[in-house]
Amino acid sequence: MKKRILLIEKSPIVATGFATILQKQATFEVSSVTDNLSRISERIVVDHPDLIVLNPALVDYSKRNTFRSLIPDAQNIPIVALVYHYFDQQWLRSFNGVIEINEDAEKINNQLTDALNSFTEPAESSELYELSDREREVLVELSKGLSNKEIADKLHISVHTVITHRKNIIKKTGIKSVAGLTVYAMLNNLME
Amino acid sequence: MLFTPNMKLADMVASNHSLVLILQRFNIQLGFGEKSIREVCKQYGIPDSFFLLICNVYTHPEYLPTQEEIAGTDMSPLIPYLIASHNYYLDERIPHIENHLRRIADACLPVHRDTLQKFFIDYKEEVVKHFQYEEVTVFPYIEKLNNGEKSKGYSIHQFEKNHSNIEDKLGDLTNIILKYLPGDIMPKERISLLFDIFQLSSDLNTHAVIEDKILIPFVETLEKL
Repeated sequence: MKKRILLIEKSPIVATGFATILQKQATFEVSSVTDNLSRISERIVVDHPDLIVLNPALVDYSKRNTFRSLIPDAQNIPIVALVYHYFDQQWLRSFNGVIEINEDAEKINNQLTDALNSFTEPAESSELYELSDREREVLVELSKGLSNKEIADKLHISVHTVITHRKNIIKKTGIKSVAGLTVYAMLNNLME
Repeated sequence: MLFTPNMKLADMVASNHSLVLILQRFNIQLGFGEKSIREVCKQYGIPDSFFLLICNVYTHPEYLPTQEEIAGTDMSPLIPYLIASHNYYLDERIPHIENHLRRIADACLPVHRDTLQKFFIDYKEEVVKHFQYEEVTVFPYIEKLNNGEKSKGYSIHQFEKNHSNIEDKLGDLTNIILKYLPGDIMPKERISLLFDIFQLSSDLNTHAVIEDKILIPFVETLEKL
């Protein structure tokens, strides 16, 4: 059976061209196309793709660093960038593979196969679920009512890092409000 | 499938049990026998198009009424309906959950008890403020518009912007009770409390949907007149 690809691309010319090239090969097929990033989760649930091919231009600039975590359903699926504009190399490295618009069928096939083979699902160790020491420290300061800036100064880290810790705390505990996190800190005896 | 006026009211409620809550907000008493939706609405003087609009949005989360449907519906019961919902949350559900939570908190260490209670008292205040803002600022504005008066300096977009989220903290409370209170503290009471919270969350969620899908588009139409 062919491996199924979810293609996220706005241009019908590119989308049709990409699907046609794959049709002539034995390994992959485009099982569904959308031009809307917010539909990814829905498409994943409905189509069960093996791979996602995405035009990075569709990702909002401000969401570049976090967009993977915004689609939890895609954690176990490799994402390959389909590129026909200039993008920062560092950002492209966060994808599991890159296809340039002028590449031929064989190269495309190789890129997709490599992405699929080299992709390892994130390990499910408890480390990913339990709060780290640093996250606990941030949580305690939050519960005391400190702002992001104040926490950053106190722990000698950047505000950006504080925000990342806060996101991870919310992800792990499911608790979104500072009031709720304070209860969590009390129940776990994190406050002196 | 959307509900229609000729359907039996009992059949509609049977297909979505949460709709019993809606009946109360329209002051429709139980014991309606085999009457159709149209008959019951007539009996209580409720425009059936409005009643169905609410029941359909309540039941089908994907249903988005069009501007024409909204413009063609008698919206006079909208604000009384929203206020009746507020009263139900504040006078019935939240006190019920509060009592329940108090009994559970009393079984915890004093320091944990106090934190839990403070959390809920703060939450309650937030909900009261949220509803008060709507009842004191937003609803009178809409009633004026509806009577053909224009008010300067306020528009429904400000409401959209200030519309705070009162469901998050219920989610937080769910996680606390489910995951973080020690397992031996009142297990049966906790499960029943969790069900109460799930029910309130889903009802508040639909309440927000009604405001977003019906109230806001309706007021936008009025503002353009």
